[in-house]
Amino acid sequence: MLLVYDGTFEGYLSVVFEVYKRKLEPTEITAKEHFQHTMFTSKEEITTDFDHAERVWKGLQQKLKPELNQIPYSAWLSGEKGIEMALLEYIRQAFILPLSVEGNFGDANILTVRKAARRVMREAMRVLQFVRFQCTLDGIYFSAISPEYDVLPLTIKQLQNRFADQNWVVYDLKRDYGFYYNKKTSEEITLADKTFSRSTGAMPANLLQEEEGFYQQAWIGYCKSTTIRERLNPKLQRQHMPKRFWKYLTEKKR
Amino acid sequence: MNDIVQKKLNILADAAKYDVSCASSGNNRANTQGGVGNAVNCGICHSFTEDGRCISLLKVLMTNNCIYDCAYCINRRTNDRPRATLTVEELVDLTIGFYRRNYIEGLFLSSGVIKSPDYTMERMMLVAKKLRIEERYNGYIHMKAIPGASSDLIHQAGIWVDRLSVNIEIPSNPELKRLAPEKNYVDIYRPMNFIKENIIAQKEERKHLRHAPTFAPAGQSTQLIVGATPESDRQILSLASDLYQGQRLKRVYYSGYLPVNEYDQRLPAIKTPPLVRENRLYQSDWLMRFYKFKANEIVSDEHPFLDLEIDPKLAWALRNLHQFPINVNKAPYEMILRVPGIGVQSAQRIIEARKFRTLNTQHLTKIGVVMKRAKYFIVNNELPASVFDLPSETLRKQIILGDKPKPKSQPDTQLKLFSFGDNVKPLRLTTNLAMLD
Repeated sequence: MLLVYDGTFEGYLSVVFEVYKRKLEPTEITAKEHFQHTMFTSKEEITTDFDHAERVWKGLQQKLKPELNQIPYSAWLSGEKGIEMALLEYIRQAFILPLSVEGNFGDANILTVRKAARRVMREAMRVLQFVRFQCTLDGIYFSAISPEYDVLPLTIKQLQNRFADQNWVVYDLKRDYGFYYNKKTSEEITLADKTFSRSTGAMPANLLQEEEGFYQQAWIGYCKSTTIRERLNPKLQRQHMPKRFWKYLTEKKR
Repeated sequence: MNDIVQKKLNILADAAKYDVSCASSGNNRANTQGGVGNAVNCGICHSFTEDGRCISLLKVLMTNNCIYDCAYCINRRTNDRPRATLTVEELVDLTIGFYRRNYIEGLFLSSGVIKSPDYTMERMMLVAKKLRIEERYNGYIHMKAIPGASSDLIHQAGIWVDRLSVNIEIPSNPELKRLAPEKNYVDIYRPMNFIKENIIAQKEERKHLRHAPTFAPAGQSTQLIVGATPESDRQILSLASDLYQGQRLKRVYYSGYLPVNEYDQRLPAIKTPPLVRENRLYQSDWLMRFYKFKANEIVSDEHPFLDLEIDPKLAWALRNLHQFPINVNKAPYEMILRVPGIGVQSAQRIIEARKFRTLNTQHLTKIGVVMKRAKYFIVNNELPASVFDLPSETLRKQIILGDKPKPKSQPDTQLKLFSFGDNVKPLRLTTNLAMLD
């Protein structure tokens, strides 16, 4: 049996709720947008129910280690093919096992979930590492990036704590949405009027504060000066700082 | 004005780059109301230079003027180099400007010594104080304690910064005296001891008074230059081990010697820095900090230098084959950690996963164990016992051979008509020559 949901995490949790309630045995769970018609399996679309989703999430949280309780969400964010079924198994085991499910590395499904979650968390970390703010004329620090997974929501709390006293925007170019922080709270935004480069997120100089150019040049100069020529190792550089981020990096501007 | 600051920054960043420390880890510092920045325990790297090292902190000297003349230092007073000094305000502006743009995780301030150690230390301390008080900055600050500065100034600095460090640079006192006649170990250890005692005292105080000020909460670190002087790895590692235990250092950094002052006859003439040796020392350092190895297990009187061909963990295992094979399903964590091919993460995963089931080879591979290496040292009721009878030397050769990348495809068996190799002459030419003979 094939279960289809609307592509949101709440939708997925609603599926889990139905599976438990009706004792379903799905062979595949898939988001609507990835659904392909098959000939021999029956298909059912599950409508999203926020109450159901919340019940599943709350119940699950009680079974997970507090420091690892975001793994199901992170793993789901990976959008990997088949992650929904692996995650269902993870949730099942979390409810029935006497030991904490996170440690069951010998189980292929659990390992899949943990590895997917790890990849997503690493991508979120990379956003924190490689996002670069440009200070615009109206005093908003603007940055754009396109992470492999939809991880901006995972980074907002950290950015808020860190840049608490400045207005800022982080924008996901791939998914065309971002967050704006007004020194108190942050809200989700979609910018209809794109005054910045759609490929690199760079703002044109006439929209930036005068001192912005100085800091950018100083940073580029700093990165050059701090390199030890006798030890060049570009492979190691790429390993730590994947090339796909370079176009957003001030220091890699030409 | 801005151009001048930029030039100064370039000179002083260039002068600071030989200090390898760039960690922004070891402390959680929450942001305050209306403040900027915080510090996170894991540390964050914001960029990477072309040499592959991370840029986490704005690493810069306050000045590269110096009253000392140390043979190994690029900034020695007798060198003819462009000199510059950044003012307290300029340093503060750069730090905040960079931080707000998410270029950096914080400031790493070091300096050449101008006028006197006290004068230098005071100005450095003022940078940190201004950042914390006037700018309400809560990001990371790493500061060098200048040997010879008064303990009062070092104490003040410690209140504002996350990490303090004193560089030892040369791993033995006689060699230090030879290369830097104005310095000695007593002067280096004095601030180090002082910092250690203050860290301990302040931690104790904060147990009773929650709002007592912190003192260098991310601890202290140091740096050793490797390959400029003849010390053995055994001397270096036992010094490092003493520093971790006696001085409670958080990190010891090893810097492969770069011939910055080639003209100085007291230093060895080398073309490239000893990168492999430096790497092996870091691996050993990791073994001491995360794998519960003791310095004398890694290097000993019989083996005073590290094996450059194989990593120190494998070298230890090959010297101690009588302790293997171990059973991954039963052995304690400490022993699993010692298996070549199993890292901290894999070892932890094994401990967790074996509560659920007996682990076989396939499980281990998926968990992340490098079986190519580990298979000689572990049993799990599955692997043939024959691999464990190999003598150490044979095993060593086999593992080194296994590490080499395999040729991508079968070499071409078709004879080439034209070849530019030394041994194979073009086919037609050979036959012609043969005919001439």
